[in-house]
Amino acid sequence: MNALAPPATPDEAMSSTTMPMRRAPSIADRVRPHVQHGLAVTLPPLLVVIALAAVWEWAAGGPDATLPPPSRVWADAKELILHPFYDRGGLDKGLGLHLLASLQRVAVGFTLSAVVGVLLGMLVGTSRFAMRALDPLFQVLRTIPPLAWLPLSLAAFREAQPSAIFVIFITAVWPIIINTAVGVRNVPADYRNVARVIRLSRFDWFLRIVTPAAAPYIFTGLRIGVGLSWLAIIAAEMLIGGVGIGFFVWDAWNSSNLSDIIVALTYIGIVGFMLDRMMALIGRAVTRGTSEQ
Amino acid sequence: MERTFLDISRVVVRFAPGAPPVLNGVDLKVKQGEYIAVIGHSGCGKSTLLNVVAGLLPATLGGVVLEGSEVTEPGPDRAVVFQNHSLLPWLTVYENVRLAVDRTAGRTMSRAERDAWTLENLALVRMTDHARKRPNEISGGMKQRVGIARALAMRPKVLLLDEPFGALDALTRAHLQDQVMAIHARLGTTVMMITHDVDEAVLLSDRIVMMTNGPNATIGEILEVGLPRPRDRLALASDPRFLSAREAVLRFLHERHALPAVA
Repeated sequence: MNALAPPATPDEAMSSTTMPMRRAPSIADRVRPHVQHGLAVTLPPLLVVIALAAVWEWAAGGPDATLPPPSRVWADAKELILHPFYDRGGLDKGLGLHLLASLQRVAVGFTLSAVVGVLLGMLVGTSRFAMRALDPLFQVLRTIPPLAWLPLSLAAFREAQPSAIFVIFITAVWPIIINTAVGVRNVPADYRNVARVIRLSRFDWFLRIVTPAAAPYIFTGLRIGVGLSWLAIIAAEMLIGGVGIGFFVWDAWNSSNLSDIIVALTYIGIVGFMLDRMMALIGRAVTRGTSEQ
Repeated sequence: MERTFLDISRVVVRFAPGAPPVLNGVDLKVKQGEYIAVIGHSGCGKSTLLNVVAGLLPATLGGVVLEGSEVTEPGPDRAVVFQNHSLLPWLTVYENVRLAVDRTAGRTMSRAERDAWTLENLALVRMTDHARKRPNEISGGMKQRVGIARALAMRPKVLLLDEPFGALDALTRAHLQDQVMAIHARLGTTVMMITHDVDEAVLLSDRIVMMTNGPNATIGEILEVGLPRPRDRLALASDPRFLSAREAVLRFLHERHALPAVA
């Protein structure tokens, strides 16, 4: 370009140095907006975390502080942070392994609650009688805190693993039932009329119209459910023991390992966040095009 | 006179016992291949009448007989094009029509035949190029065309149009009206169309059924539109027969059966 139109006067030469002439965008030019956007998104929370850590370091720095400052946490729990998957047998495992044990329980309990919740929700959403009969029961049962189910479930199953899974199930199932039922009840009357005109069978009506139409609601329920499962499993594991991140926290408390607890809490938060994002992403992928406009 | 094809006799619809009926004694005989427009002010029960014919709503008294058999439930022989298109948003244009084809011709046609029939109906409304798109990727006029294709794909005896062009802009509406006229000319389907557009009623139909105001609405007058087909909207714009039919409907709606000032 410069060769084609060389700057003729000093004036133009000046302007061409201050405002370079248009050329094909280089890789750097193309990457720059993405980098800028990335920084704009990640920088503010990063600054807040650094500021909070600084305040914490200052607040917990005194001789009679009850909690360790971040620097102590790093010094005490470096091995825990850097080696999440070590296994020295027994309960002396890395945090990653504890987390995996907890996630496994959540996977089983949550899958159960998803299946049962969607089916019951469809029933309650379709049948007026089922709604009148079951809804009051659901409304009472869903207010029972997860841990309150644990003694009963231990008595019934006589083993830690199924009891924990039951607690997850019973915690997560209510929002799934209720949201599915709302979604089914909100299937537009127009779709019902279309189905009646083409004489869709009851089975096809559920499979081809109700399920996709209610999918956004179902996924809202599943997302709330997976969050509640994660809350419930941590609490349940504190009581039932064995391998699991909840037990790890309780064990650390019993041996006064406050730094370990802080590291574990960070991991619990991050995993909970990832579960939520994952559910949201799956929901968005599956329900793409389901909602109108 | 030709044999009656669709017989609506003394239809009364009352939504709640004790309340005045929405429709009170609607009587109409429709010939095969006829294009009927039902016009009236909002709330005159014209959509209610269409729903009774469709079988979506039971008549309190009276009934509808189509080709000798009484209408008791909805069915593909009375395909409805709904006011707001009612396409399923998670299915593509093709799949929306195909679903209706599969349900209504699943036993009589092979897989390949059903595919061909679906494409043929999409071609009829010129939607072949957009067959793989989802409803939220196409315009309102296109959605309505798919709705028409879906209804036609059921091979209905009567095509029921519930204010099919009401939500469209004037240009799109004119375009679609021309397409519906062409399809009617080609297939000879019996059509019952609900509308509140006087020009549309005169341009498209053989007879215009004018409804009195509700409640207790009934047929006030029936106008024979004697215009020869094929009709051309430009040529008709200044045709005295078109203008007098138009005037007759306007007089009915705004002189003898004008809505009270509140509306």
